[in-house]
Amino acid sequence: MRRDFVKQILIEMENNKDIVFLTADLGFNALEEIKKRFPERLINVGIAEQHMIGMAAGLALEGKKVIAYSIASFASMRPYEQIRTDVCYHNLDVTIIGTGGGVNYPTHGVTHHTLEDVAIMNVLPNMKVLSPAYSWEAVEATKALMKEGGPAYMRLGKSPGIDYSQPHFKFALGRGFVVREGGQVLLIATGNILDIVDRARAMVEKDLGMSATVLSIPSIKPLDEKLIVKHSKIAEGIFTIEEHGVIGGLGSLVSSLLWKNGVPKKRFHAFGFPDIYQKAVGDREHLLELVGIEANAMAKKITKIMKGGNS
Amino acid sequence: MPTITKNKKLSMIETGDEVRRLVVEMSHRSKSGETGSSLSISDILAVLYFKVLKIDPKKPNDPKRDRFVLSKGHGAAALYATLALRGYFPVKKLLRHRVNNGVFHGHPSRGSAPGVEVSTGSLGHGLSIAAGIAVALQETKSKVYVLIGDGECNEGSIWEAALFIGNAGIQNIIAIIDDNKFQGFSATKETNRFSLGAQWKAFGWKVLYADGHDPKDIEKKLIEARDMKKPTVVIADTISGKSITHIEDTLGAHYYVPTQVDVDHANKKPNKKKK
Repeated sequence: MRRDFVKQILIEMENNKDIVFLTADLGFNALEEIKKRFPERLINVGIAEQHMIGMAAGLALEGKKVIAYSIASFASMRPYEQIRTDVCYHNLDVTIIGTGGGVNYPTHGVTHHTLEDVAIMNVLPNMKVLSPAYSWEAVEATKALMKEGGPAYMRLGKSPGIDYSQPHFKFALGRGFVVREGGQVLLIATGNILDIVDRARAMVEKDLGMSATVLSIPSIKPLDEKLIVKHSKIAEGIFTIEEHGVIGGLGSLVSSLLWKNGVPKKRFHAFGFPDIYQKAVGDREHLLELVGIEANAMAKKITKIMKGGNS
Repeated sequence: MPTITKNKKLSMIETGDEVRRLVVEMSHRSKSGETGSSLSISDILAVLYFKVLKIDPKKPNDPKRDRFVLSKGHGAAALYATLALRGYFPVKKLLRHRVNNGVFHGHPSRGSAPGVEVSTGSLGHGLSIAAGIAVALQETKSKVYVLIGDGECNEGSIWEAALFIGNAGIQNIIAIIDDNKFQGFSATKETNRFSLGAQWKAFGWKVLYADGHDPKDIEKKLIEARDMKKPTVVIADTISGKSITHIEDTLGAHYYVPTQVDVDHANKKPNKKKK
């Protein structure tokens, strides 16, 4: 997904001389082509995320379109106040790219796990929050952000993902996509776990003899409230899935949205990371499995809930 | 709030005094502290806005202008007073400082009035923002001036920015440190007992020193810094609470709220001073 982003950014930088790309020393094996082609506009500010965001704000105040890039945990949490006050309060054209959101740096440990970024970015006025699931969404989100401008935060996963795009899909900020059209079961997912969700969907349909809709939500803020409410009204059970803490993420957003819109009480469960630090050691698959984000386990849980079990 | 005498050409010393007089009144009216930090920078701001910055108050967004960033945002009262005196907006607008339905917060907010370039108030942000502005303006003749507090140099982000600017050798940025020797809860030497100048020098900056209450010396050093072919910082020796004599050079000056007596005293002071 990072490669998809870089590929698109090269096109954008070619077309727009005002784009400046800042990195806080990240980008080995990823940003070399940008450095080669645009040496004046690729600035390694050093391992200094606070400075990177402040400097991004200064550049944007003078009309530059700025990308600030680092690992998701460091891009979002270390300079949070600079993001809030320098970028969002001034409402500047700065797009923060957090690579490896979720547990994409699994064995690096808790310092590199990013399970809070969506929540903390979402509460900032003026901020747009993007969490693409696969190549097409990453490329289109990049295009949209370069066109619409920041402040924005986009978390990128590592896997390019299976291509779920359909010819009629037209990407826009604030738009969600129906990846699978179904009925009784509604699976609402964001980010680089769509493959797992779709596998679970197939199992659920088989086990329950019900049809399931899968929505992919690359744009968390603005959120496609209309699409989510529409499908939620039809469904009997609603499930959100995210590689993020369950507090303040997609699950929280969807549940409050449904309440706000008078959607009657349905079966509901938010799949995500519980309110603890994940100290277990293992690869991404292992860590996701531990919190129930694995196709078999998810299907079982959904089936149980749909049959009247506890969520 | 008495307005300034129209058509009266003030000397630079008188201008700094006038900024302070306005700060004392504004702070008294709004019952707000952080007065000491505004009083210590008044002469620096007066020199910047009346002698050094290439600006035109009638064209506050002129792309060719020099930029000024008040990184130590708690000195905002002095910035507003200086901008008003310089003609960016009427002096009477200062009545709307830190009051209900007001215009001015206790820290600068871009858009609140012409001339306020950047919103600051969280310490340690301004130098990075100034670096971004300076890089964006590198191909132009505009300079970027940024005023930092001595206590503010506790912030790690100041040193992230100082390293970046020093390492990159950015020439169109001039930092000024208001070395008033006090911060919120202690003398600055208690939190940084080392030489501030040596620290900046170690990060690749040229370090100049100025008497922060001598307009001629401030101007001379700022011009020297402006023309230097490397990042330069002017460490200005100032007095916290300058002009309210009973709080000058005390820790209490930082949060001091001027009384009516202080206001009366400031208003009685003759503008012309021997220096």
